[in-house]
Amino acid sequence: MNVDNKDPPTALRDVKHILLILSGKGGVGKSSVTTQVALALAGSGYKVGVLDIDLTGPSIPRMFGLERQSVYQSREGWIPVSKYEEGSGALKVMSLGFLLNDRGSSVVWRGPKKTAMIKQFIKDVVWGELDYLLIDTPPGTSDEHISIAEELRWANPDGSIIVTTPQNVATADVKKEINFCRKVNLDILGIVENMSGFVCPFCAECTNIFSKGGGQKLSEELGIDFLGNVPIDPTFVELIEKQKTEGSNLVDLYQSQALFPVFQNIIASIQSKNIPSRVRK
Amino acid sequence: MTAEVSHILPPDYHLKEAEPEHCPGPESEAAGQGDACNGCANKEICESLPKGPDPDIPLITENLAQIEHKILVLSGKGGVGKSTFTSMLCWALSSDEDLQIGAMDLDICGPSLPRMLGCTKESVHESNTGWSPVYVADNLATMSIQYMLPEDDSAIIWRGSKKNALIKKFLKDVDWDALDYLIVDTPPGTSDEHISINKFMNESGIDGALVVTTPQEVALLDVRKEIDFCRKAGIKVLGLVENMSGFVCPNCKGQSQIFKPTTGGGERLCEELKIPFFGSVPLDPRVGKSCDEGRSFLDEHPDSPASLAILNVVERLRDSVGDI
Repeated sequence: MNVDNKDPPTALRDVKHILLILSGKGGVGKSSVTTQVALALAGSGYKVGVLDIDLTGPSIPRMFGLERQSVYQSREGWIPVSKYEEGSGALKVMSLGFLLNDRGSSVVWRGPKKTAMIKQFIKDVVWGELDYLLIDTPPGTSDEHISIAEELRWANPDGSIIVTTPQNVATADVKKEINFCRKVNLDILGIVENMSGFVCPFCAECTNIFSKGGGQKLSEELGIDFLGNVPIDPTFVELIEKQKTEGSNLVDLYQSQALFPVFQNIIASIQSKNIPSRVRK
Repeated sequence: MTAEVSHILPPDYHLKEAEPEHCPGPESEAAGQGDACNGCANKEICESLPKGPDPDIPLITENLAQIEHKILVLSGKGGVGKSTFTSMLCWALSSDEDLQIGAMDLDICGPSLPRMLGCTKESVHESNTGWSPVYVADNLATMSIQYMLPEDDSAIIWRGSKKNALIKKFLKDVDWDALDYLIVDTPPGTSDEHISINKFMNESGIDGALVVTTPQEVALLDVRKEIDFCRKAGIKVLGLVENMSGFVCPNCKGQSQIFKPTTGGGERLCEELKIPFFGSVPLDPRVGKSCDEGRSFLDEHPDSPASLAILNVVERLRDSVGDI
């Protein structure tokens, strides 16, 4: 490890913005939020890269309907899997899931191997020019998190989007993640409350299955921006599961989803912070 | 004396840099001698650490000798209800006053069990026989890192090796005494915590694992990996429970599938992998509320479909380890 090297990773040279999606808790929807931010951005004409550093439970390939795709090795490094390219918009994805042969086999790795893999993901992926690189993470504050924070130390990332669900059990873990961000000097762009309410398809009554308002309360308590509530929408899960039979690209299909405007608003709040591009012209 | 996280882990050694990719592990028999060790700044430190079979394993085995059944609660996926289910198991089993129950929380970066069992404000006491666990009831002992944190929301920013050391202490130094059941709640994934618990408890014998999933394929995908891990590690899968399957609207009683089982859900997975299916538990918003408040959902809503389903799973689990 070259401790003294303060140069940002060259593979990220042409990446304008780097966002991490974090949560202390598992199953709150980090991958779902990452996917939807990516779909909404790519649909609005941005070039987006998605890096999945959840090594033992990668969900990103399934989310984008890219299971069983593989990554190619070129002279410059790994070529990420391309999901979408139209006009100025583009979407590229990298995950350990693409490097495994069998979707059911487990990756039983201790910390050092995970650290080495993440280092390689940061150094060896040929992203090219990107407006946004979104990094999806596993739950916790351990090897993967310490490693990505170390790798990005000189890379000047924009910061993190913290995902939570409304109940106390989740916000308690999320507070730990926020403390982690503060310890490693990673800016927090804001909190997204996912699974906040479910609208019954029969009677339109909204039930707060995992209670409500926990994310908003947390943001007020800790003085962090609140980016929005995302309700439970089974049609989104359905879209993910059935995307292959729908005949057009997920990026286009997503624009008619009820959640699309919700994520447009989240993106607008992040963009209104006017964080300067990492790429100096 | 109160045990606090800052001084529970004596720094046996301090590595000069992160372990390299093919590191045999600073505590392994090949430490300092692997191919990756040449040129590693830690080589000398690793070489000087004690070698050979882990001398702590017999101590762990001795400490756990009076525990009848040891069950892991596992899932590859986060947020499917591992801790919820662990707490339900604890409530259900400990309602029988003749049973002694222990619950151990292996989720070090995101411990949820103390909150769900309503004992967040407790701390662990150290005596000459070891650490005494926190008692939620006379017959329910628990242990979690949460009891040792200076603040409720302190982040534990630890790499694997430190987590392993704490897990070892939980097994070796906690005064569990005689238990009918030790239920181990785990974090998601297949990494250090999972490898270590299996390694440390292998000699004392693990009855098996209860695997928890939710119905949608994104969860099943990770659960498959966890079951594959169990096979590789030689842990018996006692059975699988599907949580959050179906939601009944409290207003119109209409049933919706919030997490759609597009690939057949947990039951199909069990058929495919030939493991016992213990049942489905419907999504009931009151479960989350009871857990948030640290109260037993089973006591508060004994006649709800979710309670009945949970109790049914508990029975099947007890059957599977030869109890009852």
